[in-house]
Amino acid sequence: MSLVRSMAPLALLAMHGCAGIQSALEPTGAEAERINVLSWVLMLFCAAVLAGVCAIAAAALFGGNAMRARLSGERLVIGGGIIFPFLSLSVLLSYGFYLMGSNAPVIDTDGRLRVEVVGERWWWRVTYIDEDGRRIESANEIRLPVGRPVEIQLTSADVIHSFWVPKLAGKLDMIPGRANSMTLHVTEAGISRGQCAEYCGGPHALMAFFVVAMPEVEFAAWLEREAADAQPPSGAEAVTGQALFQSSGCVACHRVRGTVAQGTIGPDLTHVGSRYSLAAGTLENDPAAFARWIRDSQHVKPENLMPSFEIFTEGELDQLALYLDQLR
Amino acid sequence: MELPNPDPRPRGEVRELERIWATPRGWRLVTAVNNTVIGLLYIGIAFLFFLMAGVLALIMRAQLAVGDSRLIDQDLYNQMFTVHGTTMMFLFAVPAVEALGVMLLPQMLAARDLPFPRLSAFAIWAYVVGGLVFFSTIFYDLSPKGGWFMYPPLTLTEFSPGDNADFWLLGIGFIEISAIAGAIEIVVGTLRTRPPGMSLAQMPIFAWTMLIFASMIMFAFPAVILATMMLEIERAFGWPFFTAALGGDPLLWQHLFWFFGHPEVYIIFLPAAGLVSMIVPTMARTPLVGYHLIVVALIATGFFSFGLWVHHMFTTGIPALSLAFFSAASMAVAVPSGIQVFAWIATIAAGRERFRMMTPSLFILGFLFIFTLGGLTGVMVAMVPFDYQVHDTYFVVAHFHYVLVGGFVFPLFAAFYYWIPLFSRRPLSERLGRWVFWLMFIGFNVAFLPMHLTGLKGMPRRVWTYPGDMGWDLLNTISTVGAFVLGAGVLVFLVDLIARFRAGEPDVENPWGAGTLEWLPNDVYSTRSIPHITSREPLWDRPSLAREVRDGHHYLPNAPTGGRETIVTSPIHARPQYIIQMPGPGWPPFLAAVFTAAFFLLLTVKIVTVAVVCGVLAIAFVLIWTWGLDPGPSKGMIEIAKGVRLPTYMTGPKSHSWWAMVVLMIVAGSLYFAYVFSYLFLWLVSPEVWAPAGSPAPPPAFWPTSTAVLLLSGSVLIWLISRRLGKLAVSPFAMSAALLLSLASLIGALALELSGHLMTGLSPGDNAYGAMVYLGVVLFGQLAFALTILGLYTLARYLTGKLDGVRRVTFDNYMLLYHYAVAQSLFGLGLVHGFPRLIG
Repeated sequence: MSLVRSMAPLALLAMHGCAGIQSALEPTGAEAERINVLSWVLMLFCAAVLAGVCAIAAAALFGGNAMRARLSGERLVIGGGIIFPFLSLSVLLSYGFYLMGSNAPVIDTDGRLRVEVVGERWWWRVTYIDEDGRRIESANEIRLPVGRPVEIQLTSADVIHSFWVPKLAGKLDMIPGRANSMTLHVTEAGISRGQCAEYCGGPHALMAFFVVAMPEVEFAAWLEREAADAQPPSGAEAVTGQALFQSSGCVACHRVRGTVAQGTIGPDLTHVGSRYSLAAGTLENDPAAFARWIRDSQHVKPENLMPSFEIFTEGELDQLALYLDQLR
Repeated sequence: MELPNPDPRPRGEVRELERIWATPRGWRLVTAVNNTVIGLLYIGIAFLFFLMAGVLALIMRAQLAVGDSRLIDQDLYNQMFTVHGTTMMFLFAVPAVEALGVMLLPQMLAARDLPFPRLSAFAIWAYVVGGLVFFSTIFYDLSPKGGWFMYPPLTLTEFSPGDNADFWLLGIGFIEISAIAGAIEIVVGTLRTRPPGMSLAQMPIFAWTMLIFASMIMFAFPAVILATMMLEIERAFGWPFFTAALGGDPLLWQHLFWFFGHPEVYIIFLPAAGLVSMIVPTMARTPLVGYHLIVVALIATGFFSFGLWVHHMFTTGIPALSLAFFSAASMAVAVPSGIQVFAWIATIAAGRERFRMMTPSLFILGFLFIFTLGGLTGVMVAMVPFDYQVHDTYFVVAHFHYVLVGGFVFPLFAAFYYWIPLFSRRPLSERLGRWVFWLMFIGFNVAFLPMHLTGLKGMPRRVWTYPGDMGWDLLNTISTVGAFVLGAGVLVFLVDLIARFRAGEPDVENPWGAGTLEWLPNDVYSTRSIPHITSREPLWDRPSLAREVRDGHHYLPNAPTGGRETIVTSPIHARPQYIIQMPGPGWPPFLAAVFTAAFFLLLTVKIVTVAVVCGVLAIAFVLIWTWGLDPGPSKGMIEIAKGVRLPTYMTGPKSHSWWAMVVLMIVAGSLYFAYVFSYLFLWLVSPEVWAPAGSPAPPPAFWPTSTAVLLLSGSVLIWLISRRLGKLAVSPFAMSAALLLSLASLIGALALELSGHLMTGLSPGDNAYGAMVYLGVVLFGQLAFALTILGLYTLARYLTGKLDGVRRVTFDNYMLLYHYAVAQSLFGLGLVHGFPRLIG
């Protein structure tokens, strides 16, 4: 619990105006850092070439006669159109190949922590597979240790999605029937935001997630808590909330480990209260948001596969929200 | 130079030409087939689609102006960006290019018309009706919402129920077919209807680009036609081409789509570059620098563009070696574009006087800036690691708008200002033109330059809204403002166009002092006489040319056959070969087009019976229209110049009809190549479903052998008919029987092939293998269907005495397609029956 609190200011930052939380230009991962350097090299190169072409064109338009005569032959065409691009692009290409080599997945991931991410419409099923082969399921949020490369295995349950956390690395598609894999190597603790980058229909725009990078020790402790079953509700309201949850059909789709809720269609909710967002980065995570989501999910995130539950009274919604909020 | 017709011409020839080429009036205007008339309709409708898709873009920009906006809802937005992209690519860009070809090519080549005027009319009307219906779906919540590249599985029935996706597949499917009809026209037009003496090396660059454009369509479009067929078959009947669980693969669609989709960009850009290469020399008053280099660059771009498609798939997780290859190829294509950019700059510098700064020149310079920037960001995204970040973000949105708006829309506006004096009594306003240019140029850059940054800051494309606290708000607001400024520029153009454009003869001939043939004195019949060409800028090199042409001193100053006609020349050196007699106005092409569009659209909404009736009517009207063609040699030889006599009828490899059929066979071959690729691709992905291990083994060798024997004997029969055609010793009964027998063996082969597979218990819905096997049968069946109609039509011609040993174009077409079908099917037998045995 202390951990969640210690991260709380960051979370606040995330949800209330953190420009740059999804920016490729502010990298906190190894691959994104390399690409960021490449981006600047490319931008400067292109700006220089554009300026050069404009200057030559201006000289052709407005230059003196001697200048214009010099530019008027096939020499310019061969020099500017063939020799220059050939040389400069060869250099760029070699640099690109070098980077592609250094981005290759680390070889030695056997027996180390892996994270499986399955793209679903329109959320992310996240499963941690630790050194002992233990599978720990979660959703819509990924926690990673700082300073250690972690293999992320990507696939899809339905249509094509694309896994993208700009601050950490480039994107990679999640394609039904194919298994893709990438390595995330976070260099700095903190939160970054990822978003589906391949149009996947309906609320594609509302399919995001948070990546929380934590120091190694905290991560290990967190993973242990995440592996545990859900805490029982505390307080009469929350207990009623759990009863409502279990009697109103929620359990058909959602799992809360350690309870009768064993549905697997929707996100695992065992520790949903500890996550930074609801509905795949669509809402903040607080009791009011839970209530709003349950009552109004089709308005908050149109076409998502959870129906709006308009059957509950305000009081019942509060009880449900309290129960879910306690699942930390 | 000795003039071809040095003597004064008799009076009345011009009036005769005017009568023959007169444009139908009133409501009969829809029966017109002349290129200047239907070309105007074509470009007008294409521009209408540009405006309508542009309005959609403005609505989307309004929605995205600030974060968390709810101006329009998610579902409508998803439909809008799909329709915006689809319309701009399929209903605006490609048709606009073809329209320019239809309008300008005959004028630039001083031909009276393109060689197949009714085919043009058919393609255009099919496009007009089908395109308008497709676009209107946005008003009834029926538009596709899978994005313009319609990736499955999202577009499969499971994830996209309803007819929306079918509108894309069938609507766009037949617009692709209309593009192919246009391509046939343009290939044969540029290669066979050039003026005498205009060798390939003297052809205007625009004609070169149109030739390359049409050739690229021949190879690129069949891939997407096959892909749309497969997706529609999977949606309608559940053959699992793209379903991974049954051995299909979603990536197959991406390969086929981008094998078309990437060349598509150059299909749009190359003709625009051709326009620029026509306008720059005129404005600089000097011949184009580096003509040969540019031609080589254009051809190189055409080739390269087929080797780049995977750069749209860098993030799909394909192997590093492929990434490296396609990355290098994507960069290499920068070289031919660089050649052109510097050739234009060199030409600007080469003029003795300074470059004239009229409105077309402004748009050219704007194009140079925008396109260069778009090309450079193209180099950036060709770098694989960089693409990992910016793929499917607003950076890419910015990049391809720079390439397409810069590379196509700006040259198109330059072309409007430059060539409108050819078709309108008054030119457009120069003063307003400057407003149009600056509004569009500034608006465009304000809208799209910030998007590079928006994308790098992490905003994905195709999102209908975004959180307001991501740091994207200001950039998006700026983009929206820019988009509306761009829209204002287009609006000023529209106002000027409505105020000043009046179809008719211009007051001033050749207002820009250009050097190419379209600026010769023109009328509905094109030029009075067709000039003899000895250089690339004939009007500059021979100042008396306009007068000579008008006075009828060049070729074909009259209408000796009494109907529409033009000169067909040899493909390389343009030596006059014969006179092609062309049809005039008529209802059949228009009606056939309307019923073709109705067939596809009614099929989309599953009103099958009416659709079939429309399909039958469409075929009937095509047959009615072709019945009047193939006139035979009745007009004999005619004189087109003093001492130059040409035949008025041609068969065999010299005939334009033969050429068109060969182009069609290449298209069919490309389609089949895409099929073979798909077959082997799916096998590589899912060998476990393939026969003999994963599916019933193919039928015993007896089946394919019998099929092959039937096919070969059909071909032999056709060969015999070809030799005996017109011989008196052959009885009409035997000839008819032989024709019917050739059809029977074809249909028998089809039936054998189908029942052989059915017998093994294989079903097309089982898995990807079954789907591919039966798709092969479908492709064979398609050809058999076309050949059945063509064969019966040939028989009818024979029985009515319109087919003999000399007048035999109809039979020749049947023969060519028949042999092609046999060759394709034999190859298919080898693949479908041989391959599983090879691996098993």
